[in-house]
Amino acid sequence: MRNAFIEELVAAAENNENIALVVGDLGYGVVEPFAAKFPQRFFNAGVAEQNMMGLAAGLASEGFHVFVYSIANFPTFRCAEQIRNDVDYHKLSVTVVAVGGGLAYGNLGYSHHAVQDYALMRVMPNMLIAAPGDPMEVRACMRYLINNPQPSYLRLGKAGEPCIHADVPEVSPGKWLHIHESEKSDRTYLTTGATLHLANQLVTTKSGLKDWSLCSMPLWSMQVKVMQARQIENFSAIVTIEDHLMDGGFGSWLLESAIIQANLLPRIKIKALDHKVCGMVAKQSTLNAEGGLTAEALCV
Amino acid sequence: MLFTQLLAQRIRKNALEMVHKAKASHIGSALSIADVLAVLYGQVMHFDPTNPSSETRDRFILSKGHACVAVYSTLAEVGLIPKEKLKTYGDDFSWLMNHISHKVPGVEFSTGALGHGLPFGVGKVLAAKARHTTWRTYVLLSDGEMDEGSNWEALMFAAHHRLSNLTAIIDYNKLQSLNSVANTLGLEPFVDKLKAFGCSVHEVDGHDHQQLYDALSAQADQKPTVIVAHTTKGKGVSFMENKVEWHYKNPNDEQLTKALAELEVVHA
Repeated sequence: MRNAFIEELVAAAENNENIALVVGDLGYGVVEPFAAKFPQRFFNAGVAEQNMMGLAAGLASEGFHVFVYSIANFPTFRCAEQIRNDVDYHKLSVTVVAVGGGLAYGNLGYSHHAVQDYALMRVMPNMLIAAPGDPMEVRACMRYLINNPQPSYLRLGKAGEPCIHADVPEVSPGKWLHIHESEKSDRTYLTTGATLHLANQLVTTKSGLKDWSLCSMPLWSMQVKVMQARQIENFSAIVTIEDHLMDGGFGSWLLESAIIQANLLPRIKIKALDHKVCGMVAKQSTLNAEGGLTAEALCV
Repeated sequence: MLFTQLLAQRIRKNALEMVHKAKASHIGSALSIADVLAVLYGQVMHFDPTNPSSETRDRFILSKGHACVAVYSTLAEVGLIPKEKLKTYGDDFSWLMNHISHKVPGVEFSTGALGHGLPFGVGKVLAAKARHTTWRTYVLLSDGEMDEGSNWEALMFAAHHRLSNLTAIIDYNKLQSLNSVANTLGLEPFVDKLKAFGCSVHEVDGHDHQQLYDALSAQADQKPTVIVAHTTKGKGVSFMENKVEWHYKNPNDEQLTKALAELEVVHA
């Protein structure tokens, strides 16, 4: 995912001199193509995240679209107030980019686990969350964000995620992307972020689920909650999947959005990480399994 | 009387009337910076009162957002906002909220949480540098605010990147919210620390307009400028000077009359 990100960023920066990249002394092996091509628009803020986010907001206030790249908790929780006050409140074009969404850096320990980041970002009224599920969705999200600069949070996995889409899909905030449609059933999985491939495996390999559809929602926010009830209505059962805690997560967001139409609530089931993974240290697949994201647990 | 002294006097009077009417806090912090603002807006900064967002304007950021009445007063006195607006300070849904607000023409950035203005200003200077423009960015901070690590991160970055178009002014009135700076988190040796961070440092009497003018007009070669302005919290109103309580209290009718009269006498 991170390679798709940097390729899209470099391509966009060729045509748009307002695109800047700020990093928090991270991005080895990823950000060099941008730094080499656009040295005047590349800044390493050092290991100083509050200043990093504040200066990104300052740059954005002068017309730049600033991408701020770092790992998991560093460009998010470490400078949460700068995101809230400087970026979100002032509606500035800063895209916070976290690499290592979910438990991608599992072995590096709790400091590097991003399992509460949706909870932080989705309570900011102007923030658009971009949680792509594969490299194609990364490209789609990047193209959307570059054409629609705004306070935004791009949550990337790491590298080597399989492509689920054959081409770059059309994405728009709050809209479910239909990936696999079953004509025989009105039940669907709905994922956001890097759990797309898990959900895809389920509907393509589990015989009991072959009638299930699969949707993803790479772009979502507080502002598009109002669009959800209408889409939920199309299905009799929706199972959300995310590599984030249930508290403050994507499934909870969907459930909240359905509250206006109480009959829809029983249709929604949430599959999210159990909080027991907080503090556990192992590789991503092990931790996801411990947290409940196994094929068995995700079957309904 | 010099124009800037007259301006400072009017800033103080407006500020007193605003906090009195709104029963708001932080008058001591506003009186402390009236002279800095008078010299900045009266003599130093470039701006167009008919076009608050003119591309070539110098940028000013009030990082100690709680002292906003002094800035609102200044903006009204120099014609960036109508003077009538000052009367709405602190009203429900007024533009003029009780911390500086970017919704007011001429205000670049909303603050209120300390330690945000300088990093934001650093970003503005980076933008100016990337576009080879010459406007300057001025950031006014409080002394207590220098407890925030983000300011030291920003200074380190500004010095490393040789951001000579940045001037930070620190309102060193020596009082914080509960006690003196020295008894809270001492900053001394303050000037030495700032110099060690790679800044060009000017130490001035923050109520002396000539000293302020000289320092605010200075541009160091390849270094950010930091002005340590020695000030008196509550300056100009005898019973407010150097008193922690005027971080919170607002003057009653009698105190307002007395304060306004003192300002007349001092500058008569």
